[in-house]
Amino acid sequence: MPHDARVAIRQPALSPRMRRVLISVVLAAVCAVWIYPLLWMISASLKDNAAIFANEGLIPGQPTFENYVRAWKEANIGSYFFNTVFVTVGSVLLVTIASSMMGYVLGRRRFVGRGLIFALIAFTIFVPQGYTIIPIFDLLTRIGLGQSLWGVMLATCGGSFVIFVLLFAGYFSQIPNELEEAAKMDGVSFVKTFWYVMLPLARPIVVTVVVMQTLYAWNDFLLPLVVTLANPSIRTLSVGVYAFRGENFIDWGGMTAASTISILPVVILFLFLQRYFIDGLAGAVKG
Amino acid sequence: MSDFTVSSSLTRRLGARIWSSRVDYLFLVPGMLIFGAFILYPIFAAEYFSLLNWSGFDANAKFVGLANYVELLRDPFFWNAFGRSFLFTLSTVPAQMIISLIIAIILNNKLLKLSALFRTMIFLPVVTPVAVIGIVMTIMLSPFNGPINMAILDIGLLSRPLDFLGDPDLVLWTLAAIYVWKWVGVTMVYWLAALQTVPAELYEACKLDGVKGWQVTLYVIMPMIMPFAIVIALISAISALNVFPLIMSMTQGGPYFASEVMEVYIFRYAFATAGAIPRLGYASAAGVFFGLAIMSLTILQVLAVRHLRNREKPHAA
Repeated sequence: MPHDARVAIRQPALSPRMRRVLISVVLAAVCAVWIYPLLWMISASLKDNAAIFANEGLIPGQPTFENYVRAWKEANIGSYFFNTVFVTVGSVLLVTIASSMMGYVLGRRRFVGRGLIFALIAFTIFVPQGYTIIPIFDLLTRIGLGQSLWGVMLATCGGSFVIFVLLFAGYFSQIPNELEEAAKMDGVSFVKTFWYVMLPLARPIVVTVVVMQTLYAWNDFLLPLVVTLANPSIRTLSVGVYAFRGENFIDWGGMTAASTISILPVVILFLFLQRYFIDGLAGAVKG
Repeated sequence: MSDFTVSSSLTRRLGARIWSSRVDYLFLVPGMLIFGAFILYPIFAAEYFSLLNWSGFDANAKFVGLANYVELLRDPFFWNAFGRSFLFTLSTVPAQMIISLIIAIILNNKLLKLSALFRTMIFLPVVTPVAVIGIVMTIMLSPFNGPINMAILDIGLLSRPLDFLGDPDLVLWTLAAIYVWKWVGVTMVYWLAALQTVPAELYEACKLDGVKGWQVTLYVIMPMIMPFAIVIALISAISALNVFPLIMSMTQGGPYFASEVMEVYIFRYAFATAGAIPRLGYASAAGVFFGLAIMSLTILQVLAVRHLRNREKPHAA
């Protein structure tokens, strides 16, 4: 019973209510400091550069959207945005389908070679990106995807793939057999059983994988940087914002506007899905 | 199963078993393609590349044996980056774990009504792309008009601004602090999950026995969530070794290489050569050396954990 575990820690001096207020105030202060840089970013994106350098308060005196217009036009944020959406949506779809299928088979079925696959996964789980980036870059070039978004999208699937497979395998292995057997008795095929019975049961893990891969793809930096070095038109947001910085470091307003645009979609997505996401992550640690 | 089965019937039985699970193998295909192409193949290809003198521009890769490794081990910049990667990890992981544990214990308190809101706020930097954090933090820490330096000067803590990112003695610690700030949210969620495995009866028992306040945390909760600590430390350490995006987007390894970690070093030789010829073979050798070092540490840690578990078993039973 997870929530029953949250029991008050007793201290004699203060009443529970006072303590609650006190802890909340301290925490609120900590959280305010915590997200101050992000609040500052949003605030700066609504000011002109003179107002930013004047260091006025957090609330802009005369809010303006001019920075957003400039960022969108000059920094190509628009096209970078769609590049990132393409890479993210594509890799999330591929990764979710592939890792759930692989996790299902590894978690519930017995077949020759299963142990070997698990061993290989365990062996690769902690490999740093710097180790694999050169062969990946070389492989993409060889198959003709060296300077393309398709290449970025495919290679991005490798990011946390083995962890997702393990998540699915662990979850599927704990589902009781009855459902699967009932489906088998009714003559439902293997594929349909997976798709209509097992996958819906694994919804918490599906959501976790979707959110984690979205975060990863939206954030990924080294791979898109390397692949798009010679072709700025297929930059993703991370790389684009980074390059914009290099060209215009003095334009704080433009940069904070570009930054704000690039965090909005993930932040909105996270706010909607955070309950599932955090519970799913929590489940993953427990398992 | 008979002990006298002849090998041909064994092969046939194996064949039959493989054939009977053909649907399973079909299901593995998409996953194995991704796993094979972008995880497994690169791990093995990197070793081969590390034996080449190769610019990547042409097919003229020359086999040079271990020459790259010999050069690597003689390069003081390599050893500095190598050591810095581990120093960075050793300084960020404990800080991140302790801070997030404290936050998690507070947020786990049943009295707190707003804990979901606080949790979300702590988690926001995790959701924010590193490139964006790089920009915002560079501006925040700027010695010219940056808000943090302005605040420090206003309070009168210092008489002149600190050059957080331009001072070679300060830069790695600044980056470590920003790194911890960004990732504490994730570790906090892990701790919260661990804390929820503590059964409610235990708190009740503490109450009856008169164990109070911080004693409950220290003597009851902490020992119970210790197994999680090892997993969390491992995950955090791996992520700290991959700190490339943050460093790239803030300092590119500078000033004067003072924040150059392994992945920045690899990137510099392979991709950011600024006019010089890229050295993919040499960079691969650095990657392989680094990867093998991490893997051996991981294996050592797994062995250590197993050793500890085995020692604990008699008590548990």
